[in-house]
Amino acid sequence: MAEIALQSLNKRFGDTQAIADFTLTVANGEFFVLLGPTGAGKTTLLRLAAGLERADSGSIAIGATDVTRMQPAHRDVTFVFQQYSLYPHYTVFDNLAFPLRSPRHRLAEDQIARKVNHVAELLGIGEKLQNRATRLSGGEMQRVAIGRALVRNPKAYLMDEPLSSLDAKLRADLRVELKRIQADLGATIMYVTHDQMEAMTLANRIGVMNQGRLIQVATPREIYSEPEDTYVACRLGSPRINLVPAHLLPDVDTPQRTVTIGVRPEDVVLGGEGPHGRVSLVETLGAETVVEIDCAGEEVRALLAHGQRFHSGETVRIAPRPGRAIFFDAGGRRIAA
Amino acid sequence: MRVAEIRIENLHKSFAHFTAVRDSTMTIGNGQFFVLLGPSGCGKTTTLRMIAGLEIPTSGKILLGGDDVTFRRAAQRDIAFVFQFFALYPHMNVRENLAFPLKTQRTARAETRKRVDEVAQMLRIEHLLRLPVGGLAGGDRQRVALGRAIIRRPKAFLMDEPLGALDAEFREMMCAELRRLHDRIGATTVYVTHDQTEAMAMGDRIAVMNKGEMLQVGPPQDVYDRPRDMFVAGFIGSPAMNFLPIDDGAANGAHEVRVAGAHIGVPRLHAGVKEGKGVIGVRPEHIRIDADGTLRGNVFAVEYMGSTQLVTIDTPAGRLRLKAPNTIQVEMRSTVGLQMDATRVVVFERDSERAVPSDLINGNGHG
Repeated sequence: MAEIALQSLNKRFGDTQAIADFTLTVANGEFFVLLGPTGAGKTTLLRLAAGLERADSGSIAIGATDVTRMQPAHRDVTFVFQQYSLYPHYTVFDNLAFPLRSPRHRLAEDQIARKVNHVAELLGIGEKLQNRATRLSGGEMQRVAIGRALVRNPKAYLMDEPLSSLDAKLRADLRVELKRIQADLGATIMYVTHDQMEAMTLANRIGVMNQGRLIQVATPREIYSEPEDTYVACRLGSPRINLVPAHLLPDVDTPQRTVTIGVRPEDVVLGGEGPHGRVSLVETLGAETVVEIDCAGEEVRALLAHGQRFHSGETVRIAPRPGRAIFFDAGGRRIAA
Repeated sequence: MRVAEIRIENLHKSFAHFTAVRDSTMTIGNGQFFVLLGPSGCGKTTTLRMIAGLEIPTSGKILLGGDDVTFRRAAQRDIAFVFQFFALYPHMNVRENLAFPLKTQRTARAETRKRVDEVAQMLRIEHLLRLPVGGLAGGDRQRVALGRAIIRRPKAFLMDEPLGALDAEFREMMCAELRRLHDRIGATTVYVTHDQTEAMAMGDRIAVMNKGEMLQVGPPQDVYDRPRDMFVAGFIGSPAMNFLPIDDGAANGAHEVRVAGAHIGVPRLHAGVKEGKGVIGVRPEHIRIDADGTLRGNVFAVEYMGSTQLVTIDTPAGRLRLKAPNTIQVEMRSTVGLQMDATRVVVFERDSERAVPSDLINGNGHG
């Protein structure tokens, strides 16, 4: 495994600046997640790293090798696509063995069998090895697709939303498996997603992207509690962070230049001090309850533990949990408290 | 707005050799927001289509505001059906699209104008009235389609996964919007979805269906807290409820069971469970990491989720997930003790998949 170093990358498609002055180093053995909405440039960036697109300017190094001008096949990286692409007429075993049988590797069949069995065990598809790919469920097919990447021992893995085609439960299961396998192998992974939950749970570090630019790079915890700006603050957390004008919360001790106060829904305290609002909606989510409050025309959402009961139309007082408010200036940038 | 109660009695629908809906009975109260929830193929859409009059039941009855409408045609039921993919008339602007249902009813022009303005204001699309629908954003299109459904002021709304085509962020927003709209106009609504979060958030009451059967009907929180069936328990809640087998059996009156040798407190049981037939169900938020916990396991994964963290643990009884506050430090691969909230554990009978009556789960009826 090796680090991936991207230096000042730029890429245009016609009038669109898809990637703008992008510099990032993914450490050896790191699980790095690029998070952003559709069109942010995440997939383009991954394709640049893989060599499927050529950058207009800038350089890419994998390990000690400058690969900027190198063909994809020579970069020694493995790409996992969003849609699994298996050979339907092959068995699971042969699908997994395929990358190892290429003339470049020259592996003996028993070595191949050992590798395939190992990866199949890791992914919990050991019993399906003799099944044809078409006889598998969607989740199993995607495991095979990931497995086909894992049998190789490349310098890095590039993954483009590999879990997005799966249903929620399977996604949650595969998420922990993937994270565990990555840790066990010490693999370098650059992973692209628009799903903030996936980013938070998988990543050692997250890079938040918008319009071809990298806005913030940090650990999930840092990004969640100290977002660089209101854009990043809104991209993480569900329900979304409350952003209210500072004058709405006059009791909060704000640093100078504060225009907007950000409060995560789980940090909204109801029924204590603070301004009055009217409950406009109560959503039970089982373990938690979301209460939406209309406060002087602003919508504020509170995430409460099960058991606290509020009703539509009720008047409540709202305040941020002490020390948990996040402050932003007129440009939407966070002010260190 | 007129409102109506919908009642279905012993409703049954077979297609050739396939039973789509099996002997279902329920009442949807006046003005209720009622959600039919289940995986694809469970019979929820068939049930909805029977209420709408788009399918004729094989047997059973449908009553709308007390009238038997079982064999009445869809057009005579005074119900508005909102489909997943809204068809708007592309050559008309927003106002014309909204007015269209009234035009076919030959409503007077002044009245039509008044109602269009009213609906547009309710849905906050007044500024779009003159625009062609072609250029609208997804959410606005959805609002126009909703507006077209409510403008007729039908007795009831039937909605079949109306938000299914939207991305997550939009969906969350439209969910809240729909619910607020319902609170304002108070029309009886039957809403079909396979998304349990949506069902929990929106329903006054939900019915969980599987394989044509209505397994449990009740307020969302009650179904969540007191599932009467393992399918219901597993389908509702994310991450899903954990199921662990009981080592031996349990007697009527027991308030403790053994799982992988550990004593686990449970709500006092009102019936016994035979040896090897019991399973406990525990939600991720009802398990705590606690050095004194008798059930022990190895931490397989720790996932940071912002307000909480999700910990996956391998125990001798199987893999389980728990939700922990993000303030505690949990090490991957470490061994931890687990403590369960004894008042919240549900005991199931493995073969029937039904919950064993207890201080938490009483009786067997539909809530």
